[in-house]
This record gives sequence, C-alpha cells and structure tokens, in this order.
Amino acid sequence: MHKQRRRWEVIAEAAMEVLIRLCGVSAILFILSIFFFVFREGAGFLFGGFDPREFFGSIEWYPTSKTNVRYGALALIAGTASVSLLAMSIAVPFGIGAAIFISEFCGGRLREILKIIIELLAAIPSVVWGFIGLTVMNPIIMRLFDAPIGLNVLNGGIIVALMSSPIIVSISEDALKAVPDTYREAALALGATKWQLIYRVLLPAAKNGLLAAGLLGVGRAVGETMAVLMATGHSINIPHSVMDSVRTLTATIAAELGEAPVHSEHYQVLFIIGILLFSITFVINLTADLVVRGIRGR
Amino acid sequence: MSAGAVHSIETKNLNLWYGDFQALRNVNFRVRRGEITALIGPSGCGKTTLLRCFNRINERYGYVRTSGEIKILGQNIYAPDVSLIELRKTVGMVFQRPNPLPISVYENIVFGLRIHSPLFKWRKSVLDDIVEKALRDVFLWDELKDRLHVRATTLQLDQQQKLCIARLLPLKPEIILMDEPCSALDSEATLAVEELMLTLAGRYTVVIVTHNMAQARRVSHECAFMLMGELIEHTRTEDLFLTPKDPRTADYIEGRYG
Repeated sequence: MHKQRRRWEVIAEAAMEVLIRLCGVSAILFILSIFFFVFREGAGFLFGGFDPREFFGSIEWYPTSKTNVRYGALALIAGTASVSLLAMSIAVPFGIGAAIFISEFCGGRLREILKIIIELLAAIPSVVWGFIGLTVMNPIIMRLFDAPIGLNVLNGGIIVALMSSPIIVSISEDALKAVPDTYREAALALGATKWQLIYRVLLPAAKNGLLAAGLLGVGRAVGETMAVLMATGHSINIPHSVMDSVRTLTATIAAELGEAPVHSEHYQVLFIIGILLFSITFVINLTADLVVRGIRGR
Repeated sequence: MSAGAVHSIETKNLNLWYGDFQALRNVNFRVRRGEITALIGPSGCGKTTLLRCFNRINERYGYVRTSGEIKILGQNIYAPDVSLIELRKTVGMVFQRPNPLPISVYENIVFGLRIHSPLFKWRKSVLDDIVEKALRDVFLWDELKDRLHVRATTLQLDQQQKLCIARLLPLKPEIILMDEPCSALDSEATLAVEELMLTLAGRYTVVIVTHNMAQARRVSHECAFMLMGELIEHTRTEDLFLTPKDPRTADYIEGRYG
C-alpha cells in the first residue's frame, strides 16, 4: 500500500496547475482586453457621427479647428504607406541578401558573430533610431540632395528599413536553413554553381518563409511610431516624392493623444486610427503565421 | 589515354582529413571503365568519403583537407585548371536518400541541361525527347508518362531514386557514383534498382557504396574492401568473396565484425 498523500500536497499541485494554465491563456486574455479597450474608447464616435468617406477619402485633418472640424486621414494613411513601402523596398532585398550570406556563404564563427550583431540591431530602442534620423540622416540628406529639409519619406524609410531588417534577416535565415541539405547536394552534384543553387533551388524552396519574413517586416514598419515621428518631418500631406515630409498614422496618435480631452471626438478618432492600425497588423501577422504554418504542414 | 582507356578513376596515395581526423589513408584505387565496382566495409571506414572525393563534393565543408592525386579519365581533378562544373557533369552522383528537387518530374530531368547552358533556349520538342529517353532508360516511362508535371517529391521512394538516376543521364556522364542507393528502399524496389544498375554498366562506369554484402555480390564486377580509412583488398567480386587474401577481409565477409 502506498502512503496517503498529504492534503497540502494535493492542493499545491492543483494550484500549480491552475497557475500554469493561467500563464498559458494570459496571452489570449491580453490581446482580447487590449482590443476591447481600444474598441471601447473609439466606439462612441465610430457608431455616432463618424464619416468613413471623410476618414478614408479626405486629406483634411483639422481635429482641433474651432469652426470646421474635419477628420480626413487619407494623408496619414498615405504617409504610413509611403514610409512602409520605401522601407520594405530597401529592407526586403537587403534582409534576404544578408540571410543568404549568413546561411550559405559563411562558416561557423562568422555566422554566429553576424547573428548576434543582427539581434543587437533589433535591441536598439526606437527613440534612438529616431534620434539618428534627426541628427545624422537629416544633414546628410540635406547635403546629398540639396534639399531644404532632410526629415522626409526617404529619411523615415531608411530608418524603418534598418529597424525591420533584423526580423526579416532572422526569419529568412530560418527559412533557408529549413531547406533540406539534400537539395543542396543534389544541385551541386549536378554541377550547379552556388548562384544557380540559390536562385533555382533555395529561393523557390524557401519562398513561403521568405514571404512571411517580408510580411512581418511590413507589420513592423506599419506599427513603428517614435522613429518615424522624429524622422519624417511631421507634416500632413500626400507625398509626391521621397523628399516630401509626411506624417504617419502612428505618429499622429503619439503626438495628439496627450493633447486631446479624454472622451472628446478628437480623442475617439485617434482611437479609431488605433483600431485601423491594429486591424492592419493583425491581418498581416495572421497571414504571415498561416504562410509559415503552410510550410510546416507540407 | 593509355591508362584512361582501361581505368576511369585512379587514385594515388590519397589522404583525407576532416579537421584532425584522418578518414582516408594512402588509398591507391583504380576503377575499370564500364564496370560496376562496389565499395564495402563497416560504418565509418571511409567508403562514402572516398566516393565523395570523385566529384569533389566533399569540399562543401570547409574543414576538409586532401593530399595525393585523383585522376578521372586520365585527368587530375585537383589540377588548378579543372572546372568543378564540368567535373560534376562527367561524374554524376546518386545519394543515400532519394533527393529529387521540389519541382516537377520533367524539370528534375532537364535541370542539369538548364544549369549547364543557362542562356541556351531549349526547344520543347528536344527537351521532351530527352525526358522520354532518360525515363525509358530507368524503366520509369510507362509509370510516369502521364505524370510528368507532378512534383517529384510526391512520388514513391523507389520512383524518386530512379528519377535521381534518370536526371544524370541527359548530361551524358562517364561515371555514376552511388552512395548506398537502396538503403531507403524495400526489398522489391532494391531489386528493381539493382537490375537498372546492371543495364547501366557498359555504358557508364558505376561505383557503388553499399552496406549490403549480398548486394555487392549480386551487382558488382569488382569489389573493394575498406577498413579504418585504408583500402585493404580490391579484386574481382567472385574472388573477394570466395578466396579473400587478407584475413581482415575474410573476417568481415564472414560477419565477424561490421
């Protein structure tokens, strides 16, 4: 006969189990409660008085006007889109190139060093990037392009590209590493050059992972706030070239929320922008996740 | 060409190190043209390493060092003017696990042609003929002629392995290296691949590494026994199995170790 377990042991074990279960579901709880909170703050205006045609179609953003208040976010959306687009057109080729170098061309030690450095790049605080944009990139752009001001789409795009490249590099590198080594041997043994191996075998085989890497990069770029607030010049307009200053959705929230009276229309519109951003990044991350799952399922 | 006429592969005092570990010791090995030569020996004896020297695919790993000489068709493959790409066109390789590329059956077979003449525009009818011939040579045409555009990685394992042999043929190799080509296959598929090997002999020089002594006996004309990185004995297959000269060979084929 085995010994009877003591009562406190039974209770402790049950408590432990509940605690661990709680840790497991807390992520879901957090995301739901954040969504609920953001939605509740914006809901009043969203369902009473909010004009989506104006919001998505007009560039007139005058939230504090005494006589004619207008909430046209088109220019802000264009600002976010232009910075993200430029950032991705720099970061995706650069990031995938770096991942190819790390996974296919460099050996043991150099690879480890590079990976550590790239992870360090991801650890630089957003505000420091903004600082670099403001004090380093700004004069460089002004001198190189003879522009009146260097705080513009180009500046913000480069900064966001640098910020989002670590995630692109590390996810792309994982995707390339997941390509079975037997494919490499098969192609090399048939006489493929290293370059042919990469573009004919590795890139097609890893394309889902690379797509996911790009999408997560986009998610990072769309959500970035402090650096773009500091580097893009903070002027509301639809950019016609990369030398134009813009303002993004995120920067608008950061800049205006502190000034807007709680529960005023302005305050609620800022939360509607929050809902929009939340939805964009949610869809992007979900897609990336499904794409990655797609690879594993095969 | 005097030696090249009889022997496709010749090594002289070949040594190989993986870092500090010496995997091949003074190997002097000659492979007769048009015949099947089997390499046997216990795990870790260096037979796969030796095989992977002949198309220099060992060099993928930076920590490999070799000394000595390997001549393929009379030419030293470590000479500075040798093109790795041409070498691997002449010397094809089949791996332990079937490794078709994750593209269609058709594209797997023409992959070699496409990479060796990247700028040449192949006429579709020419490629079609090449694919049909390659698949007929490995007895897959009847099974696969209606499935040329399915992903090669979805085929059965033995079909995949035969496809891996078929995709070498359009490059007109002289030598085919096989690294335990049947170890992932069941007995029936093994038999089919062995029959295929026998039909390839004559047209191609085949070197096969195998763990399976019965297989070496069934398919090879010559057989070489390796132990701890050394080539112990190399002679006609029937002689090696009936009257081995070295006591270590005798012990191995009687199953005392390995």
